[in-house]
Amino acid sequence: MGLVTPELGTFIWMFLAFAIVLFILKKFAWKPILDALKERETSISDALRSADRAKEEMAELKADNEKILQEARKEREAMFVEAKDMSSKIVNEAKQKAIQEADKVIETARRNIEGEKTAALSEIKTLVASLSVEIAEKVLRQQFADDQKQKDYFKKLMDEVKLN
Amino acid sequence: MKNIHRFLLIFFFIASVSPAFASDDEHDGNAHQTTHEQEKFEPGNFILGHIADAYEWHVFSTGDFHFTAPLPVIVYSKYSGLHVFMSSKFHHGHESYQRFEIAKTGDYKGKIVETVAGKQIRPLDVSMTKNVVAMLTSMFILLWVFISVAKSYKQRKGQAPKGMQSLVEPIILFVRDEIAKPAIGEKKFEKFMPYLLTIFFFIWLNNLMGIVPLLPGGANVTGNITITLVLALFTFIITSINGNKAYWVHMVNTPGVPWWLKFPIPLMPIVEIMGLFTKPFVLMVRLFANIAAGHMIIMAFVSLIFIFGQVNLSLGLGASVISVLFMIFMTLLELLVALIQAYVFTLLSALYFGMATEEHH
Repeated sequence: MGLVTPELGTFIWMFLAFAIVLFILKKFAWKPILDALKERETSISDALRSADRAKEEMAELKADNEKILQEARKEREAMFVEAKDMSSKIVNEAKQKAIQEADKVIETARRNIEGEKTAALSEIKTLVASLSVEIAEKVLRQQFADDQKQKDYFKKLMDEVKLN
Repeated sequence: MKNIHRFLLIFFFIASVSPAFASDDEHDGNAHQTTHEQEKFEPGNFILGHIADAYEWHVFSTGDFHFTAPLPVIVYSKYSGLHVFMSSKFHHGHESYQRFEIAKTGDYKGKIVETVAGKQIRPLDVSMTKNVVAMLTSMFILLWVFISVAKSYKQRKGQAPKGMQSLVEPIILFVRDEIAKPAIGEKKFEKFMPYLLTIFFFIWLNNLMGIVPLLPGGANVTGNITITLVLALFTFIITSINGNKAYWVHMVNTPGVPWWLKFPIPLMPIVEIMGLFTKPFVLMVRLFANIAAGHMIIMAFVSLIFIFGQVNLSLGLGASVISVLFMIFMTLLELLVALIQAYVFTLLSALYFGMATEEHH
């Protein structure tokens, strides 16, 4: 029975000692230890979080760089396209101008030719007229040498007039 | 500061051991040379003698030479007042001092009794017995270890643990993250951490010291019902102080139970209120029984050697080989039990605190 019967003396010693040790440990051991552990944990998690944030910022920066690069590339392309357009435009304009110029030249040439032609034609006409008059004169002179023939012709002319 | 701790501990042991030699010299001088009879070996008394508390710290005996550390006896008697003397005055229980002696039979067997008018009366006995001294020793070790660890936490703020710190830090974190947090909850566990850490380390240290058979160890502190009673009482007090309204209402008017279990015969309240006391009671018995039983089994194996040795010397030698093997096995098992019991006591205390502070929605 002695083994399972609590002893008052031991109880008093244990109760007092335990209460005192609990108090001292709480104040001078557990509190600083637990506080230090907690502090260390928060500082570690803070450090991890800031590392994550730095990583994110890095990624953002990288993305920004990429974007800027992309923009530059696009701009370059646009510039190329513009230059190409411009050059083709210039070429086209030059072609157009050349065509116009050529047309103008051709037009003037045609007009000149036309003028020359009319002049030549009128000259030919006058020449033909004078030649025909001359020829007619020569023919008439030859025909009207005979009187009879003169009379007949007149008669014929007169008939014609009547008929008209 | 560290050196002072060390000095005190060493001084304490030297002071307590040295008178033993004196008393034993004296002892050898007079009585026991004459009749040295072969006492019959009684395993029951042998085992209980090692498990039970004692007024002196027995280390070993060879023949009639007992190497013991006497401990202070403090008794207060209604008849003769306060007495303080060393237990060596009893000559290992063989003699009486003044009117006091260690009872050999009766209800107070093994305890100090005062003989008043032919009757044996138990005085108020606050002697520093073997268990008390072992318990105080463990308390000093706890204080020394954890205050120095706390100091190194202050000195090495925010740095990785080192030395003793790295030894105890995982255990502290284990108690915090595996016991307190899941059992009590994230919000309230911090309040109970000092108590949980103290009982965990106190029980574990004393369990371990109980396995070591040399002087600061070897006592059966956590296998003493009074010690476990105090521990369970602390858990009970802390649970009751921190019990919130829901906890007490739950006890008197258990929700979710048919009304006829509460009225006219308050069956559930009776069961609940009994549970209030059985919880710490079970805590007390579990730790006591586990540790005392472990010590008993080891002592039983020791006894086997003597039992066989009484029959035949060579039989005893043969039995000793087997006994020692079993003792090694048991000691290793006790090493495990030491940790498990500390864990279980702490975990159950934490669960009771958790129940007492739980928020009911």
